[in-house]
Amino acid sequence: MPYVLATDALVWLLVAATVTYAVYCRRHAHLAVPWRRVFQSSAAMASAVVLAAFLAIGLLDSLHYRPQLPQKGSEPKAYATEVLSVLDLGLAHLRGRSEKTYSAPLATRSYAKEQVELPDGRQMRDFPRLRFGGAHLKDEAERDADVAKRALGGLGVGILLCIAVFFLTRKLKSRTPDIPWHAAGISLGVLLLLAGPAIALCTVYHVLGTDKVGQDVFYLALKSIRTSLVIGTLTTLVLLPVGIVLGTAAGYFRGWVDDVIQYVYTTLNSIPGVLLIAASVLMMQVVIDRHSDWFSVAAQRADFRLLVLCAILGLTSWTGLARLLRGETLKLSQLEYIQAAHAFGVRSTRILGRHILPNVSHIVIIAMVMDFSGLVLAEAVLSYVGVGVDPSTNSFGTMINAARLEMSRDPVVWWALATAFTFMFALVLAANLFADAARDGFDPRVKV
Amino acid sequence: MLNYIIRRLLYAIPILIGVNLLTFLLFFVVNTPDDMARMQLGARRVTPEAVEKWKAERGYDLPLVWNSREESLFGKAGRTIFTQKSAKLFVFDFGYSEDKRDIASEIRERMWPSLALAVPVFLVGLAVCITFALLMAFFRATYLDLWGVVLCVAMMSVSTLFYIIGGQYIASKTWHLVPISGYAGGLDAARFLVLPVVIGVISGIGSSSRWYRTLFLEEMGRDYVRTARAKGLAETVVLFRHVLKNAMIPILTGAVVVIPLLFLGSLLSESFFGIPGLGSYTIDAIQSQDYAVVRAMVFLGSVFYIVGLIFTDISYTLVDPRIRLE
Repeated sequence: MPYVLATDALVWLLVAATVTYAVYCRRHAHLAVPWRRVFQSSAAMASAVVLAAFLAIGLLDSLHYRPQLPQKGSEPKAYATEVLSVLDLGLAHLRGRSEKTYSAPLATRSYAKEQVELPDGRQMRDFPRLRFGGAHLKDEAERDADVAKRALGGLGVGILLCIAVFFLTRKLKSRTPDIPWHAAGISLGVLLLLAGPAIALCTVYHVLGTDKVGQDVFYLALKSIRTSLVIGTLTTLVLLPVGIVLGTAAGYFRGWVDDVIQYVYTTLNSIPGVLLIAASVLMMQVVIDRHSDWFSVAAQRADFRLLVLCAILGLTSWTGLARLLRGETLKLSQLEYIQAAHAFGVRSTRILGRHILPNVSHIVIIAMVMDFSGLVLAEAVLSYVGVGVDPSTNSFGTMINAARLEMSRDPVVWWALATAFTFMFALVLAANLFADAARDGFDPRVKV
Repeated sequence: MLNYIIRRLLYAIPILIGVNLLTFLLFFVVNTPDDMARMQLGARRVTPEAVEKWKAERGYDLPLVWNSREESLFGKAGRTIFTQKSAKLFVFDFGYSEDKRDIASEIRERMWPSLALAVPVFLVGLAVCITFALLMAFFRATYLDLWGVVLCVAMMSVSTLFYIIGGQYIASKTWHLVPISGYAGGLDAARFLVLPVVIGVISGIGSSSRWYRTLFLEEMGRDYVRTARAKGLAETVVLFRHVLKNAMIPILTGAVVVIPLLFLGSLLSESFFGIPGLGSYTIDAIQSQDYAVVRAMVFLGSVFYIVGLIFTDISYTLVDPRIRLE
């Protein structure tokens, strides 16, 4: 049974809005030019591919359903309380194969010693074989050879796909020579070369190890991507309307409107961000606890908390955008064409909508892409402080939080942290590079 | 100048009232003291008597804004949660934390470790970032500059958590250079502070130096730089004597405003390294849901922020003689 969480609905709404915007841009040359300039940068193309890969995983993870329970006789259909996503369906073999506790990447034996029974019936403390990791091996000594064989197989498929990508980029390059398709091709190639062996190995091993309760770390990392994307994008959905309306209104109407809006944002700004967010989240937590009847399944409750976190982040961070827009609107409203519109008796709302908003839209777009990476990083910190996402939600913050104490173990449990680090770094770096290119492309000071 | 400062201080009052109203709304109206009591007591021990006792102990058993049971007008307005809990923040009377300790004296005590960590991070960080940015500006449009920027973007993309965890692991656990965490008074503190300071500086390098580099490059495009070069000044002289001085104005805006916030400390490093400062105090309060402390810190933070803004304006006049505060 398909099941729509609140964040799912908003994510797909955002996708629809983006597609509409893209189509609209294509039809209007003046809107398409800056985007073209963005994609003429090699860094932007390369990072766009990485972001697209993350986005694809995140979107697959945003299609939820509740699996049907086995039907007994003529009973009505029953559904599990567990909410799964299409991504879980694809990764069913990763999700289901839980070990007892930690195990290193590609290990065949557990991290912790346990009582095991020897074939002759005696008891002994030893590292037990994993239930799933490398269970197909009769002799553990074959592991290295087996890993190499599978990895090479995966790599081979990756290389074949790379060659296909190479020809595709050449074809695209000949059609639109000003877009650096080779940069996109290279980063797609690198992704394929990494994904090939990982997919080939993850069916029988735990590629990136398992965590404390034996969950596959690779699976957790893939699931965390959605949370990061939701926080990075839905927050701007809250932030934009507030920032745009208040910022342009302050700059356009001036007088007491400006005073009030400036007062509100100075007040909000003067509270240190983390504290304001923490205070709001603590309060929302009490509200959620009081109204446990709002939620029929646990996932809904965790999802609501994620949504509330986005709203709080958005409501506490619109001040920067509002200040930028206020300054720009002040400048614009002095220009002749606005004065002319005034003289013709055009209504204020119309002037704001038709004459001012389009001319500040570059600031909005730049702010949106620049905020993304900061929000992804903020999620990790907030989860550490204890005011982030629900502990049951997979996120990089909860991953780091769970793994940070394990650095003091001996031997060190490094894989969970390393995985969270790599995935987060890739996502944030790609976002930062793309944001830089977007800023350069949309900055009106850039000469065409 | 004095006039200006007095006016700015007066302007701070409505802002602080706003902050106060906001915290009051968040902490007492959105959630009533009853909800807080239930949350603190835990699900099993909630009885009406326990809730009343919890509220009475903490002085939350008063009406929110208007006490109609009192005789005098003074009592009607005075014996309320708003006056007792929120308005008292204005005279820096923060009340007591959950473990019944005076928050104000706790803050006075914890201020020093916070400063001992934050001031070196700030000063060393500023020096390092400006040096790095100047280097990149000096070698602009070369591979050195390009890779410098790439390094900055890469360093920006790493979460602070990883800097701290990685630093602790390498410096303390693998190399045994410094203790992993803890704190001691007096000069002994240096041993514990070296690593947090280094990590604090490193984690700030990325975004700051990239921003400073942009500022330097912007200044370098100005006419006076061309004139200086035409005079035959060496590039280093141009950079240090002219560009650096002019770029200091925007750098100061960004830097001075954070100085008062240094009191609040670096939330994360303090809590990771076990430094008993205001940052770890705040995090502990958030994690144990000690609302009185969180309220006090919110208020204190905004006071510091406003002081920072005034400092920024004053520092403008010091570095830029064209600006006069009227």
